[in-house]
Amino acid sequence: MNAMLENGVVATVAGVLREYLMLLFGNQFLTDLIMKFIGIGAVIGVILSAAIVFTYAERKVCAFIQVRLGPNRVGGRFGLLQPFADMLKLMSKEDIIPAGCDRVVWALSPMLLFVPSALAYAFFPFDKGAVFADVNVGVFLLIAISSQAVLPFLMGGYASNSKYAMIGGMRTVAQMLSYEAPMVFSLLGIVMLTGSLKMSDIVAVQADNVWFVLLQPVAFVIFVITATAETNRTPFDLVEGESEIVAGAFAEYSGMRWALFFLAEYANLLAVSILTTTFFLGGWSGPVLPGVVWFWLKALFMVFFFMWLRWTLPRTRIDQMLSLSWKVLLPLALANVMCTGIGVYIYRWL
Amino acid sequence: MSEFGGLGIFFVVALIFPVMSLIPAFLLQPRQPSPQKRIPYECGVDTQGKTYVQYRAGYFLYALIFIVFDIETVFLYPWAVRFGALGLFALAEMFVFLAILALGLAYAWRKGALSWK
Repeated sequence: MNAMLENGVVATVAGVLREYLMLLFGNQFLTDLIMKFIGIGAVIGVILSAAIVFTYAERKVCAFIQVRLGPNRVGGRFGLLQPFADMLKLMSKEDIIPAGCDRVVWALSPMLLFVPSALAYAFFPFDKGAVFADVNVGVFLLIAISSQAVLPFLMGGYASNSKYAMIGGMRTVAQMLSYEAPMVFSLLGIVMLTGSLKMSDIVAVQADNVWFVLLQPVAFVIFVITATAETNRTPFDLVEGESEIVAGAFAEYSGMRWALFFLAEYANLLAVSILTTTFFLGGWSGPVLPGVVWFWLKALFMVFFFMWLRWTLPRTRIDQMLSLSWKVLLPLALANVMCTGIGVYIYRWL
Repeated sequence: MSEFGGLGIFFVVALIFPVMSLIPAFLLQPRQPSPQKRIPYECGVDTQGKTYVQYRAGYFLYALIFIVFDIETVFLYPWAVRFGALGLFALAEMFVFLAILALGLAYAWRKGALSWK
């Protein structure tokens, strides 16, 4: 039991599984391959269950904030089966292809959107030693992959042959590009303090010292704001504002294709919560409880925080949103990098 | 198997997964096509005019500034990783680099590229 806490629960289970597979097949390559597929299955399982839990949780949180009851009919008093009812409904909906759309680009958009949202999960340290791909360029590759989400949105908006979708697609480009610059800069300070781009190293440094939210408070605030914008959630949901451009880029999608957009959206919500946890809140580190438990406690708290923001704040205007990014957050992030550099040298000098 | 090999497999699976999830919907869904259904949504009335209008130039300006800053991060990340080992000279040099960039941002700001018109 002690050894399990020492090495992390997930890593221990994976180690035992690997030994069994090795006995079964006696082939290193085959064992590795099967372990990779088990890892992929686990990650996709996390994404799917997140989508199921969050559709329910979002409605309940929203209802709680607006002093309503929320779902309370399907599956008992608390409406626990609501997400499954939604899933069945989406599956049995007719697939309507809008007239005059660009068929290939239109169909590709929701499928391609899933790829960057899912691939980002390969870099997350869910527990000590439990990273799908702990590459030495982790942070950099993660940013590169997750920023590809702009393209499918633009494709969907452009190909739908609908004016609302077109406006939504254009806004996505402006918003996601504008907020990516400060986001990337806010993480520089952490890389400077860690001296590594490996996600596991970043958590390990925080486990040994203090959480980076204490050393980089400005970066934390910038990151949370930009993360809200990158996931297109209120107060920055101009991209899909239901009440002004009827869901924007995915206005013309129905049934399962629309569900794929939704899946990617909730995958992104969990992804930014996990990123905040990993970069600023010490990831899996914490006393007494095993690492996995700490990790999910922190990540789910961040998810709740983003939901809380969504149902509390009103939507911003596009000029306010863009000037916040370029005129406030970006100079602040640049100053943060410089101050971190000077701060590290002052700390050493003392 | 290397970490990047695993990522490659993951990429292929992530491409296949959405296609697989569309299959049960294709089998279950009703099919009652009608021309009215396929009209793009526009507040319930027939669409007016062309959809593919000229792209707003304001978006293009933001994209241009973004590219400058995005390329800069490619230089900054390796510097940040080796920051501790490089010494005071690298710190001073990066400050010059950042100062030039801040100057560029100030120029764009002054020229009005950052304000929404």
